Amino acid sequence: MKPLRYLLFLLPLISFSQDRVSGIVMEANAENTTTGLAGANVYWLDTTIGVVTDIEGRFSIPYTSENKKLVISYVGFKTDTLTISQPKTIRHWLESKGDLATVTLTSRKQTTTKSYLHAANTFTVGSEELLKAACCNLSESFETNPSIDVNFADAVTGTRQIKMLGLTSPYILIATENIPSIRGASQAFGMSFIPGTWIESIQITKGAGSVVNGFESIAGQINAELVKPLTDNKVYINAYANANGRLELNTHLNTPISDKWSTGLYMHGNLRDAKHDNNNDSFLDMPLQEQVSVMNRWQYIDTEKGFVTFLNLNVLNDEKQTGQVNFNSKTDKGTTNAWGSEIDTRRYEISTKFGYINPEIPWQSIGVQAAYSNHKQESYYGLNLYHIKQNSLYTNAIYNSIISDSRHKIKTGMSFTYDHYDELVNTTDYERTERSVGGFFEYNFDNLEKLNLTAGLRIDNHNLWGTFVTPRFHARYTPWGKSALRASFGRGKRSANIFAENQSVFSTSRLLNILNSDGEIYGLNPEIAWNYGISFLQGFNLFKRKADITVDFYRTDFENQVVVDFENPQEVNFYNLEGDSYANSFQIEMNYNVFEHFDLRLAYKYYDVKTQYQSEKLERPLTPKNRFFANAAYETHMNDNDTGQWRFDVTFNWLGKQRFSSTVTSPLAFQLPEYTPSVTTLNAQITKVFSPKFEVYFGGENMTNTKQDNPILGANNPFGSNFDTTFVYGPIFGASYYAGLRFKIK
Amino acid sequence: MKKIMIFALMLIGTTTFAQNKNAKASIEVDGVCMMCKSRIEKACLSSKGVKSAVWNVKTHELQLIYDERKTDLETISKKIASVGHDTKAVKAPDEAYNAIHSCCKYRDEVVVEEHKDSGGK
Repeated sequence: MKPLRYLLFLLPLISFSQDRVSGIVMEANAENTTTGLAGANVYWLDTTIGVVTDIEGRFSIPYTSENKKLVISYVGFKTDTLTISQPKTIRHWLESKGDLATVTLTSRKQTTTKSYLHAANTFTVGSEELLKAACCNLSESFETNPSIDVNFADAVTGTRQIKMLGLTSPYILIATENIPSIRGASQAFGMSFIPGTWIESIQITKGAGSVVNGFESIAGQINAELVKPLTDNKVYINAYANANGRLELNTHLNTPISDKWSTGLYMHGNLRDAKHDNNNDSFLDMPLQEQVSVMNRWQYIDTEKGFVTFLNLNVLNDEKQTGQVNFNSKTDKGTTNAWGSEIDTRRYEISTKFGYINPEIPWQSIGVQAAYSNHKQESYYGLNLYHIKQNSLYTNAIYNSIISDSRHKIKTGMSFTYDHYDELVNTTDYERTERSVGGFFEYNFDNLEKLNLTAGLRIDNHNLWGTFVTPRFHARYTPWGKSALRASFGRGKRSANIFAENQSVFSTSRLLNILNSDGEIYGLNPEIAWNYGISFLQGFNLFKRKADITVDFYRTDFENQVVVDFENPQEVNFYNLEGDSYANSFQIEMNYNVFEHFDLRLAYKYYDVKTQYQSEKLERPLTPKNRFFANAAYETHMNDNDTGQWRFDVTFNWLGKQRFSSTVTSPLAFQLPEYTPSVTTLNAQITKVFSPKFEVYFGGENMTNTKQDNPILGANNPFGSNFDTTFVYGPIFGASYYAGLRFKIK
Repeated sequence: MKKIMIFALMLIGTTTFAQNKNAKASIEVDGVCMMCKSRIEKACLSSKGVKSAVWNVKTHELQLIYDERKTDLETISKKIASVGHDTKAVKAPDEAYNAIHSCCKYRDEVVVEEHKDSGGK
């Protein structure tokens, strides 16, 4: 029987052998055994005459004397061209390109990446960039980034606020994994509730963001992407100690449960129990703090069916005590024995994401996000009492598809948000519920040519503001190679949570006044602003080394704003804007790879931020007009076995003079000059990598030991009428040094 | 009888696929760099009925999703050839090939060699 089968195979060969070239295409291997390649292309060069090999790798192609070159190709294999001068039978081995695919790229990944292609001015800060400064939490992770200003810690709570385009963080939509997370009650301290090690990357969009994430963003959007159980280290430990008495411990434990499920447990604890008063003003330079935060993440991935799911649970407990050094909360709370403050926050969060990508049609996907949080802050500042509770629900469903072809992408969906606030300010109760339901549509045009644009529109109905429209628009144009010219405009709207966002006013003897009373939120109207921006990015080579330069200009125009007026030193007045309020921001930034492993980043920024106050139109207080920034990063060459590397980072910041809000009506002893002096700070860090598992870092913050002389006005009489802690423009604590270690098991 | 049934079923299968508005295909297209990639993908997308086109610089594989009621592989291949790229079915006419950027001359072994290390542009 067997010989018969061979005979059958031979038959066709014999019958065609006169006018055909036939044979077998095989996969090359060391032994040159016969492993046929099915579906390989065999064709005569420069013709359309071709065949595909059968399941055993066999083919047969007509032969004519004009054709001499036979091309054999197969996806993933090297293409071969054979010279054929007569009809014959061929046995040919094709070599795999597989070795090409496994070549590891040794070039260094840029730690901050800017896209030349996206319509929006978005850049991504990678985890490597975050390691440049031992950023303990999200609010401290922008120190090496010139686009975002990190304000000096406020004199009482030790909290850092960030600014973008000259506007403080309430005007920036801050999201974790695209779910708006730091808003409302958590606005003031929320950034310090996201530990640095939990952050995988940060996307920063300047100017109007996408309509998909809601209507609230005005100056920009910041999205923190958290580490994922599937891709994070199995075990990760980061321990940190600061000379100012701060201790931190982060541990990550990740484990796969099945081939589709994985889970991670992330724990963060920080403690500062040492009292410091370097400037002898009887006040702690930074608060005593205890924070514990635990997050449990579940991740489900089924690539075959196209399902992705995340489930997050997070519990946080944060306690701060600050004020005078001799303040004892047990005996002095609510008295004038000593001035002190306690801020206790408890927060529960549950969020889930569900995504489905049609495996058959890759452009079709559905995503649903839902998050619920319960935030409770109980606090007092001297004799001022402040409690806030927020229950928040966020849901968003997004459908992605295309119109006719992949050059026309669309995103559409619905969102619903619910926020219930319950606030107690001394003896006044404020309670409100905000509900909004909205639909959005975003169109993206990208024909792979010079122009790319995104146009989005959303319509929302809000229980307090009625129905309104939010348009957002982004365009990118590439006039020549390695460049991107961008333009954007958009509208944003938000409620000002005047007390939550301005908690520093409680650490003053100022009277709090809300001047309007016909609005819906504390008697005030919602804030509305338009943002317009242009930017230009150009990549080039300087002395054969990569460089890029970005120039951008943004303007934010307030249609309505809740003005926080500090111009009378005895009062803080909140009122609806009457007249002009705008923020102009100009920035020029250059990145240059000076030589191998040495990167330099230089930036200059100019702000013109003015608001019409009741008294007159004035520069926004404590906002420097000029800022200069420089960051240098150098690392030694990594050995072949990934050991023994050194990394060095230095960041320099210079801030020009900043306007103090007016103190002319104060007694002479409590008057401040019109402007602050300029401030210079220098941070540096050294990291030594011992092995892929273990590294140690040392660093210094504010190494020039710059200190603000008199951060608290009336510190010797905190219950008197001139006590004020809001005039902070520079570091309070001088130089500070830290050390830490990272241990990881992949 | 069984064979006839299978054959009939296969026929039905083909007929339904002939009307598939999201038909998938993978063909080999010659090219060397990211400029080629954008040229190839653009040509496909501007061809009526093509919904998605992704070309891989390394493997030369072009993954297509197209509406079979509006177009077929031959039309798409011709379109690709008309911008200067060879597919196994259709060879680009010389004038189209000559019009492409000199760094994209994939038929030239020197150019191919230059692109080999960089794995694209």
